[in-house]
Amino acid sequence: MKLDTLAGWARRLRARDISSRELTELYLGRIDRLDSQLNSFISVTPELALAAADAADERLARGEEAPLLGLPVAQKDIFCTLGVRTSCGSKMLDNFIAPYTATVVERMNAAGAVMLGKTNMDEFAMGSSNETSHYGPVRNPWDPERVPGGSSGGSAAAVAARLVPAATGTDTGGSIRQPAAFCGITGIKPTYGRVSRYGMIAFASSLDQAGPMAASAEDCALMLNAMAGFDPRDSTSVERPAEDFTTGLGADLKGLRIGLPREFFGEGLDPGVRAATEAALAVLRERGAELVEISLPNSGLSVPAYYVVAPAECSSNLARYDGVRFGHRCDEPRDLMDLYTRSRAEGFGAEVKRRIMIGTYVLSAGYYDAYYLKAQKVRRLIADDFRRAFGQVDVIAGPTSPETPFRLGEKSADPVQMYLSDIYTIAVNLAGLPGLSMPAGTVGNLPVGMQLIGNYFDEARLLGVAHQFQQETDWHARMPAAFV
Amino acid sequence: MSLNSDEVRRIAQLARLAVDDREAEGFAAGLSDIFDFVEALNAAEIGGVEPMAHPMDAEQRLRPDAVTEPDQRELFQALAPAADGGLYLVPRVIE
Repeated sequence: MKLDTLAGWARRLRARDISSRELTELYLGRIDRLDSQLNSFISVTPELALAAADAADERLARGEEAPLLGLPVAQKDIFCTLGVRTSCGSKMLDNFIAPYTATVVERMNAAGAVMLGKTNMDEFAMGSSNETSHYGPVRNPWDPERVPGGSSGGSAAAVAARLVPAATGTDTGGSIRQPAAFCGITGIKPTYGRVSRYGMIAFASSLDQAGPMAASAEDCALMLNAMAGFDPRDSTSVERPAEDFTTGLGADLKGLRIGLPREFFGEGLDPGVRAATEAALAVLRERGAELVEISLPNSGLSVPAYYVVAPAECSSNLARYDGVRFGHRCDEPRDLMDLYTRSRAEGFGAEVKRRIMIGTYVLSAGYYDAYYLKAQKVRRLIADDFRRAFGQVDVIAGPTSPETPFRLGEKSADPVQMYLSDIYTIAVNLAGLPGLSMPAGTVGNLPVGMQLIGNYFDEARLLGVAHQFQQETDWHARMPAAFV
Repeated sequence: MSLNSDEVRRIAQLARLAVDDREAEGFAAGLSDIFDFVEALNAAEIGGVEPMAHPMDAEQRLRPDAVTEPDQRELFQALAPAADGGLYLVPRVIE
C-alpha cells in the first residue's frame, strides 16, 4: 500500500478505505522490518497500539470526529506515559515506569492518536546528534554513516523513514528543528508556553518546548492542534484561547515580508546549504514574498549565553535524581553521600555530567554574577534584536543548520564544535519565539532544512508559509531510497 | 579559563557526582574549552540591561492553596529502589 501523510490517512480512515487497525499494523510492520537499521525507537508498544486502534475504529464506526482519530504516532521518550517505560534516553531512568501521563500525550490520546512507541533521543535531550543516548545512536535514514541530529533524532529518523507518519519532539536549543533539517522532514517549535511541559522530563525549564515533527507543514498543523492549549498543571503555560493552526495554510504569500539576517548567511555556512537555502528563498519570492536583509547583531552571543543558562537550569532540574525515590541506585552504598554521588555517576552519561558541572559552577558562590546574570542580560539583548526585526518584517528565514548531517563520531570529542551545530536555532529558544524547519533542498543525497522564525504566537503563519512552499516543491515528499 | 582536575573534583562534589582521577582530567579539558567559549559574553554591552529569566517576562501564576492531588504514595514508592512501611530507605545517617 502506498504510504500517505497524516492528513491523507485521516481522509482515508474517514472514507473507510482503511481501518485504524490495518494502518497501525502497516506501520508496526515497518518498524519491525526496518528499525534495526536506524535504532529510532527505544520502546515499541504493539499491544497498546492495537488496543488504541480498535478503540479508534469503534469511534470511527460511530461517526465520531476527533483530530487524530485512528492515526499512528510516536512519542519522544521524554514524555511520561503511564505504565510504559519513560527513559529519557538515560540509564538513570532505564527502569522508570511512569506513574502518570504527560499532558501532551493525554491530549493526543484524547484526540484519538494511536501511540506505536517511544522514540530514541539524546540523554535528557542534551545533544545535537543523538549519540549521547544510553540506547545507542540513531542512524540517519539518508545515510546510515551519518547522524540524524538531536536531541529528537529518533522521532526525526522514524518520520523520515516513514516508520510512523508523525512524532512528537522537544526543543530546548534546536532539538526539533535541527534533526528535522538533517532528516528532511518538517518540525515546529511553538512559542514558549504554547504546549504544556507537564510530564515532559525537564532539562532547561525556561527554554524547553514540545512540538510536532511530520513530513509536511499540514501534518504539523494537525498535530499541533491536538498538542497545544492551556494547562493549569504547567506554571508557565500561556492562557490563550485554543487556536486552529490549519487556518493559515491557505494564506497567500503576496506582500509577505521575509527578513534574512545577514548573521545567518556569513562565515561558517556550508556553500551547498547556502545555495539550497537561496534557491528555496527564490521560490518564496516567486510566490510574492518580499525578501529584506535584516540584522540580529547579538545573535553571535546566543550559543555562549545558552551554554550558561541551559546548564544552570539543568543542574537544578537534574538534582532530583538522587538514587532515593526513583531511578538508578548504585549497589551497596557506604553512606548517604556515596549513595548520591555513585548513583548519579553511574546513571548519567558524560555529556549530561558535563552540563551539570557547568551549571553547578556558574551558579556557585562568587561566579553567579560573572556568568549566570551576565548570560541572562545577553538573553534580553538577543530577544530585543528579534523585537526590532519584527517591527520590519513578518517572518525571518535562513538555514536551520550551518551544514548537512555530519558523520557518527565526527564531533563527539569536541563539545564546542557539537554545540555550534545549533548556531541558528538557539537564539529562538532564548527569545521564546516559534521556529519551524522544512525540507528546502539537498546537497548530494543529504537533506537541507530552511528555518522560518515567527513573532510570538505566530505559528499559524509559519505553517502557512511552509505549506505554500510545499505546494510548489516536493522536497518534503521525498523518501530515503532504502525505506521506500 | 583553564580548570585543573582538583577544581573539577570540587565542582563534581558540589554536583554530587563521583569522578575518578582519569575522568577528572578528561572533564577538565572539555570544561576548560567550554568556559573559554563562554568568555565571548564579556564582549557584550550589558550596562543597564535587565536580566531576562522568562521569555515573555511572565510572572508566576498563583492558584488557591487547596489540596488537589490524591494520595498516591504506594504507586510512587513502588518505583523506589528501596522502600518499606511507607518510608524511603537510605544508609544510616545518624550513628
